[in-house]
Amino acid sequence: MSDTRKIDRADSRVREDTGLAGAARGFLDQVKSGDLGILPVILGLVVIAVVFTWLNPIFMRPQNLTNLLFDAAAVGLISLGVVFTLMLGEIDLSIGSMSGVASAILGVLWVNAGVPWPLAILAAMLAGAVTGFVYASLLNKFGMPSFVSTLSGLLALLGLQLYLLGNSGSINLPYQSFLIRFGQTMVMPGWLSYLVALLPGIVIFALGLQTRQRRADANLSVPAWSVLIVKAAGLTAILLIAVWYLNLGRGVPWMFLFFAVLVAGMEYVLTRTKFGRSIFAVGGNREAARRAGIKVERIRIYCFMICSTLAAMGGVLAASRLASASRQAGTGDVNLNAIAAAVIGGTSLFGGRGSAWSALLGVIVIQAISNGLTLLNLSSSLRYMILGAVLALAVIVDSLARQSRASNGRA
Amino acid sequence: MADQDSGPILKLSGVSKQFGAVTALDNIDMEVRKGEVVALVGDNGAGKSTLVKILAGVHAKTSGTIHFQDREVEIGTPGRALELGIATVFQDLALCENLDVVANLFLGQELGPWRLNEVEMEVRAWTLLEELAARIPSVREPIASLSGGQRQTVAIARSLLLDPQIIMLDEPTAALGVAQTAEVLNLIERVRDRGHGVILISHNMEDVRAVADRIVVLRLGQNNGVFGPDATQEELVSAITGASDNSVSRRAKARSAAAEPKEGVAT
Repeated sequence: MSDTRKIDRADSRVREDTGLAGAARGFLDQVKSGDLGILPVILGLVVIAVVFTWLNPIFMRPQNLTNLLFDAAAVGLISLGVVFTLMLGEIDLSIGSMSGVASAILGVLWVNAGVPWPLAILAAMLAGAVTGFVYASLLNKFGMPSFVSTLSGLLALLGLQLYLLGNSGSINLPYQSFLIRFGQTMVMPGWLSYLVALLPGIVIFALGLQTRQRRADANLSVPAWSVLIVKAAGLTAILLIAVWYLNLGRGVPWMFLFFAVLVAGMEYVLTRTKFGRSIFAVGGNREAARRAGIKVERIRIYCFMICSTLAAMGGVLAASRLASASRQAGTGDVNLNAIAAAVIGGTSLFGGRGSAWSALLGVIVIQAISNGLTLLNLSSSLRYMILGAVLALAVIVDSLARQSRASNGRA
Repeated sequence: MADQDSGPILKLSGVSKQFGAVTALDNIDMEVRKGEVVALVGDNGAGKSTLVKILAGVHAKTSGTIHFQDREVEIGTPGRALELGIATVFQDLALCENLDVVANLFLGQELGPWRLNEVEMEVRAWTLLEELAARIPSVREPIASLSGGQRQTVAIARSLLLDPQIIMLDEPTAALGVAQTAEVLNLIERVRDRGHGVILISHNMEDVRAVADRIVVLRLGQNNGVFGPDATQEELVSAITGASDNSVSRRAKARSAAAEPKEGVAT
């Protein structure tokens, strides 16, 4: 600290949280006031790992974890999309059906009609974009709550999926194609996965350095070195250990990297662009956003389109994972798993709070539970009941945290 | 002081607003010149806030014309009002509680749309708040943690961000302490001296007479007289309530009869 007071530390009421101790104290304050961050995810993962490993040691084997990541990417993409509607305080209940329709479009165009698969994927994504546009327009023009429009969309899309698949009911996708290998077997070379694992830490450190420099130039307080270093080093260590462990088995799926890169991109959009800021504003106080000159209706259109398009991409990944487009695709628990993942990861159902990371963290939790239950050979009836309870629990935590934030003045 | 030579920046002629069967505003005329503070006073339900919302683009007017800098304009959206240079501090402040002070100040006007320039925004936020002598400890706290007065300051600071031609303040001092009220009044004068037009809505006659160049009285949605800052309390009250014999004057009379003569009437 220099002897002159920084611009943003001029008020004597501001506590100077410097260094690691300060960061720890700040975090503790946050958690106490109901800003839980990633705490539920870490607690959840520890409990899940201990319980399932105790019940079946296969759970923690590297091969199984690689499998888990393969499975997580498809639902994760869908969950990433629904973050954008949840952020507005809206919801899309048809994401499961949307993913099912997308897989059906892929199957019909690619296998039945002979269209090259990249074009088929594009068509599926286009269908998603149109669907999202329809939901947003119903909301904008008729004030139709998204809860209702997407619920009717769920049924309509399910019908479309059955119609597209026709009598056969399922279409097998060619095993030797790139898309199916991408969804089932392709893993990153060991050395490359280590390099990629180093990347987030380096980026965090470089950006932190830049921010420090610019804040110092502007005579604003700068975050402590120690916090930056611990953050970057800690993340790098965790990622390296994870990659090393996965490489003991099959390695890191390309598909998961694809998902993670999309998450990082969306996180940038949400936190570092005007568009993202507008999403937070509309979710926090729609009228205030409108009066600030934000075009609320346009933001809704974009968000719903992003949501449905990502759901369609998730459907494509799910199809490539299963090497088939079937009537079951996107039905059952896909919808609620994706929404639960976002909520568990820290995106609020009430709008105005959330992050793209919540989709990644939440989907790992959800997929771990799902995977663990499958390893125990539990019937789907039990699995549904347990996952339903987990979703309810996540929403209760979200709701309580929100009340606590309100009483602690943290919105 | 008001620049009488140039034409008005803002001119309303025959502006009306219907809410269903209710006429909230009926045939309102009003002018605001460069470097002039126009106070808009009237009882609850007189249509002050409705008029502000029409000028801010929140409500659409039913009929009448609005001239802004000698051009007839339609203010269809809040964005359009901001583009023209009409900034508004609403009574309900319209802040996003989940965002911090900096984000609220720059909402809709962020620097670096594709790569937010947080440092620049934070520095400008501090500069702006310092100009207003604002007592805000940290601009990185969400609005939810601020007091009513602090929120008011943030809202006023936000309206000044775009260097507007006209700034409208709807009850800016209602939630403020003594020192902040004086600051806001100083601020209004500073804004006026920079050549902007100010429309001030207030129930506090003391504040109004302290800063206003003209006082426009609305009553039941209609124009009910224009006064200078030297207008007496009685004149204003009777224009606001529509009668020289009203509850305020009766109360004042009763009190002065009961005790020694007293000036000023409690609101």
